[in-house]
Amino acid sequence: MSEFLPDMHIVIQLIYLIATGFFIVGIKRLGSPATARSGNQLASFGMFLGVVVTLFNREIISFEFIVAGVVLGGLIGIFLAKKVQMTAMPELVAIFNGFGGGASALVAWGEFARLEPALIPTDGLVTTGLSILIGSITFSGSFIAFGKLKGFIGGGRIALPGQNIINLVLTAVALGLVGWFTFDPEYQVVFWSLFGLALLIGVLTVLPIGGADMPVVISLLNSYSGIAASMAGFVLDNNLLIISGALVGAAGLILTNVMCKAMNRTLLSVLFGSFGGGDDTTVSADGGDKSVQKTFADDVAIQCSYAKKVVVVPGYGLAVAQAQHVIKEVANLLEEKGVTVKYGIHPVAGRMPGHMNVLLAEADVPYDQLYDMDEINPEFKSTDVVLIIGANDVVNPAAKTTAGSPIYGMPIMNVDEAKRTIVFKRSLSYGYAGIDNDLFYADKNQMFFGDAKKSLQELASAIKDLD
Amino acid sequence: MEDLIFNLFIFVLAAFVGFELITKVPPTLHTPLMSGANAISGITLIGALIIAGGSESVYAQWIGFAAIVFATINVIGGFMVTDRMLEMFKKKEDKG
Repeated sequence: MSEFLPDMHIVIQLIYLIATGFFIVGIKRLGSPATARSGNQLASFGMFLGVVVTLFNREIISFEFIVAGVVLGGLIGIFLAKKVQMTAMPELVAIFNGFGGGASALVAWGEFARLEPALIPTDGLVTTGLSILIGSITFSGSFIAFGKLKGFIGGGRIALPGQNIINLVLTAVALGLVGWFTFDPEYQVVFWSLFGLALLIGVLTVLPIGGADMPVVISLLNSYSGIAASMAGFVLDNNLLIISGALVGAAGLILTNVMCKAMNRTLLSVLFGSFGGGDDTTVSADGGDKSVQKTFADDVAIQCSYAKKVVVVPGYGLAVAQAQHVIKEVANLLEEKGVTVKYGIHPVAGRMPGHMNVLLAEADVPYDQLYDMDEINPEFKSTDVVLIIGANDVVNPAAKTTAGSPIYGMPIMNVDEAKRTIVFKRSLSYGYAGIDNDLFYADKNQMFFGDAKKSLQELASAIKDLD
Repeated sequence: MEDLIFNLFIFVLAAFVGFELITKVPPTLHTPLMSGANAISGITLIGALIIAGGSESVYAQWIGFAAIVFATINVIGGFMVTDRMLEMFKKKEDKG
């Protein structure tokens, strides 16, 4: 057996190489709706391959902890994945991120615990320190994000005075501790301070971020969890971990960037906060001397039924009200009457990049009716009626017209170019940006007040009554 | 130290590959992409296996055990929920 072992090492490395290939092809296939599912399955097969072949690693001698851990973790994972509501997807991704980051920190800690510190080379200590730092920040930050999305913690900004300076100082101190740890790994106090401080930084950086910026935070934490896995790969000198982690880290950064652009924010302003009202910013505005036109189900039914083209602009309000199935019903009724129905989706509709697409897909809305902002914007000129459901800031013309507005410059849906807009909303409350929306007071606009789901149900039966 | 440099090369190259792959993904798929990528970050499970199964000290084994539980939640939960989301997209495709 023993002369066979060196070869086993090569075999493991070769299979890691194959697993890497599966990950890369898998991510590539995630790029199109038609191939995405097989891409995800390829990647999971790559993971399976990597895990199984690792068990042949000659260092692994006992399997009790492995079997127990995989069974326990697997059951929890299956339970969470099966049980989650599609609207709660961002929360779930946030805790999965947290577990991934936490696992990476634990791997670094475990490697440190099982080896004599004096035997670990300097570069090994640096990567161990960084892995614990990034992994722990991801872990605690993700759980705060989860708590904010769930509403356990207030959605708005929770910040100490001078929060940004405190965070910067703490981060600098943490990096200093990584350095100290490298030179004096035997000194336990440094190691534990690093761990504790990293957890604290995760809490303090996510806590001040407002609900509106959550898509950005989740993308960013996703990127961190990849970098943490990569760092764990540096600690263990394992290429498969380094490569997969880097792929995920890059993916997270790109999505973060997409989110920031879509919201007209820079990453720095998200992290260090300039605006950011929370979910619960419901200032009831009477609109001063401006007035709105109210409308009701019968009227909307007539307008839509005689339209050639109707575009639906959904927002998170639609998802919260679980109204995605009803809007599908309304769309079907209109299509039976020969109306073209399309959905225009702003990149930050929902709580996570692309979240709205998933919610609509759940309601069986065909994805060839879903149009990204850039695709649908030129079409509004030829649109008769736009139904805006639970969306607010993403249709606010102030982004184009009012220099100095917090959302000025943010790419929006050009709904004001359509012949008629109808806004489904409970009240004239502000969106996340905490500003009034001129669209509501426009001549071409009508307001349909009420809960999105109830209003749409009324609309559906009103359309049926027209027959 | 040479190992570190070599590993850095791999890291940088993989990051570029990641950038290239992901910039082409349409917004429709950003959520499944994110949760799928997240599941892949659970690759750290492989490290956890070595800690839990290859350590002399029981202390390190327990840490490895916790790491395995965390990473497995991430991997199995992540891939499954991504599949659940993508299944919904797939269904429509069959219908045309």
